[in-house]
Amino acid sequence: MISRRSFCKKSILILGGIAVPLAALELFDPKKLAADRSGPSTVRWVFLVDTHKCVGCGFCVKACKIENEIPYDANVSRTWVERYVVTRDGKVHIDSPKAARDGFTSTSIDQGALGMLKIENNDIDKAFFVPKLCNQCDNPPCVQVCPVGATYQTSDGVVLVDRSWCIGCGYCVMACPYGVRFFHPVYHAAEKCNFCYHRISKGMKPVCVEACPFGARRIGNIRDPDDPVTRIIMTERVNVLKEEYGTKPQVFYVGLTREVK
Amino acid sequence: MKNHVLRPLFVAVGVVVLILLAREVLVPADFGVQERGYMYGWHRKGNEADWKNVRVKYRTTAYCKECHQDKYADITGSPHGAIMCENCHGPGLAHPDDPQSLHIDRRRELCIRCHFRLPYQASGRGRIRGIDPATHHPEAECVLCHYPHNPRWTPGKEARR
Ligand code: HEC
Ligand code: HEC
Ligand code: HEC
Ligand code: HEC
Repeated sequence: MISRRSFCKKSILILGGIAVPLAALELFDPKKLAADRSGPSTVRWVFLVDTHKCVGCGFCVKACKIENEIPYDANVSRTWVERYVVTRDGKVHIDSPKAARDGFTSTSIDQGALGMLKIENNDIDKAFFVPKLCNQCDNPPCVQVCPVGATYQTSDGVVLVDRSWCIGCGYCVMACPYGVRFFHPVYHAAEKCNFCYHRISKGMKPVCVEACPFGARRIGNIRDPDDPVTRIIMTERVNVLKEEYGTKPQVFYVGLTREVK
Repeated sequence: MKNHVLRPLFVAVGVVVLILLAREVLVPADFGVQERGYMYGWHRKGNEADWKNVRVKYRTTAYCKECHQDKYADITGSPHGAIMCENCHGPGLAHPDDPQSLHIDRRRELCIRCHFRLPYQASGRGRIRGIDPATHHPEAECVLCHYPHNPRWTPGKEARR
């Protein structure tokens, strides 16, 4: 008959025995450790948005949806443009009808289910447009929460999603403080802006950069000190969104004000 | 030791072996820690190539100007010079092999993206000459009176190419 003492002893032994080889499989693989410590890449993509230049035409959103095969009429988009209207009474009105795919062709604010809010031109203190896209954070919270390794960051700083590996749990959608992630209506996997990875890796520019007639969107390599975008980021007054979250966002904005969230 | 202690042990060992076997079969060979380390680089390496192979659909004005020299000459230097052809005509991926793929968008909605009057002086929009589409000749398409590739010209008056 087995005694309680020996039962406990043996189960601890067995549990330890089970745990050791599993851990050993992970910890002592030198190839993985070497890969871990390998040197930094020579490219780190960053983005520069000049909010003074944006006119809210929405050509960037239109081009993005078509280039990246996001169903055109589904109410989701990898990039979008927000309109900020600050009125005399100090209120801030924000809208982005259909992600601004068709631009802003009304003076009224689209409040979604609450209907349209009419704003007289005389009541406006200031109004402007802010394009939004994935910040390709240096500390991407969306990657940290992925339980299966379906989303990850490449050596050049772009956060990608492996559609065949994504289980659709939605943690990353919740974790992103900028709300850039959504589910792709066709592939049913998490979806996000990736700076048009297929274009930038061929030496082209992201399609939203090409589509913008006013130069409000630009892409650059922060590891190249002579890159014009790097020069602007280093020498001019640029800002990032939600710095206090510690995500180290890599989309820089010229002309941000405190109203912008 | 008696059997009733060993049996669950065998089951446990069996489960572990099964899990390890399943892992060997299901997890692709290139799955592992890549450049960005354990925290951010844990993924299937082959997926990076999958994303690089997505088809490019927008070919930019540099491509259009090869064959449409005339339109290109019209638009460069005009107030619309910075607008890429494909913004108004759609992606040139299958053009000119498939004539259906590019369309000519003559709707007023195309122009009022930029020309709907919004008096937003804090943004570039305030400096674009705006119109109110409800009162500015609502009966006709904009291109009846304005040449899109150089809006300074008026069709009919000056030579329209
Ligand atoms: C290889 C030469 C070539 C290139 C490059 C080219 N086109 Fe064309 N395009 C043609 C030809 C040929 C036609 C006439 C086809 C027809 O009439 O059916 C045409 C016709 C058109 C038309 C009129 C279609 C219609 O229904 O009448 C548009 C608009 C157009 N092209 C836009 C573009 C744009 C925008 C680009 C750049 C993405 C471009 N083309 C690049 C050869 C070219
Ligand atoms: C602001 C939007 C806009 C831009 C930018 C634009 N187009 Fe057009 N394009 C139009 C419209 C609208 C028409 C139809 C004109 C009409 O019916 O009078 C048209 C017609 C055409 C046609 C066929 C009609 C014809 O007159 O033969 C061609 C070819 C064409 N565009 C090529 C180009 C090329 C090439 C570029 C880039 C250099 C370009 N377009 C840029 C709006 C645009
Ligand atoms: C991407 C934004 C954009 C789109 C789309 C656009 N325009 Fe323009 N347009 C401009 C800009 C910028 C100017 C130059 C600033 C100004 O004169 O207000 C301009 C100028 C004009 C002018 C004044 C030209 C002059 O100097 O007399 C007319 C007319 C015009 N556009 C007509 C059109 C028509 C018609 C369309 C649709 C085919 C169109 N625009 C689409 C941006 C746009
Ligand atoms: C029936 C002809 C006609 C149609 C259709 C038309 N316009 Fe005009 N547009 C004119 C004439 C004429 C002028 C110059 C006189 C003026 O300022 O009213 C003009 C002027 C403009 C100007 C310059 C305004 C300024 O302050 O200098 C813009 C921008 C413009 N139109 C855009 C458009 C757009 C966008 C559309 C389509 C939604 C359109 N037009 C449709 C005839 C037309």
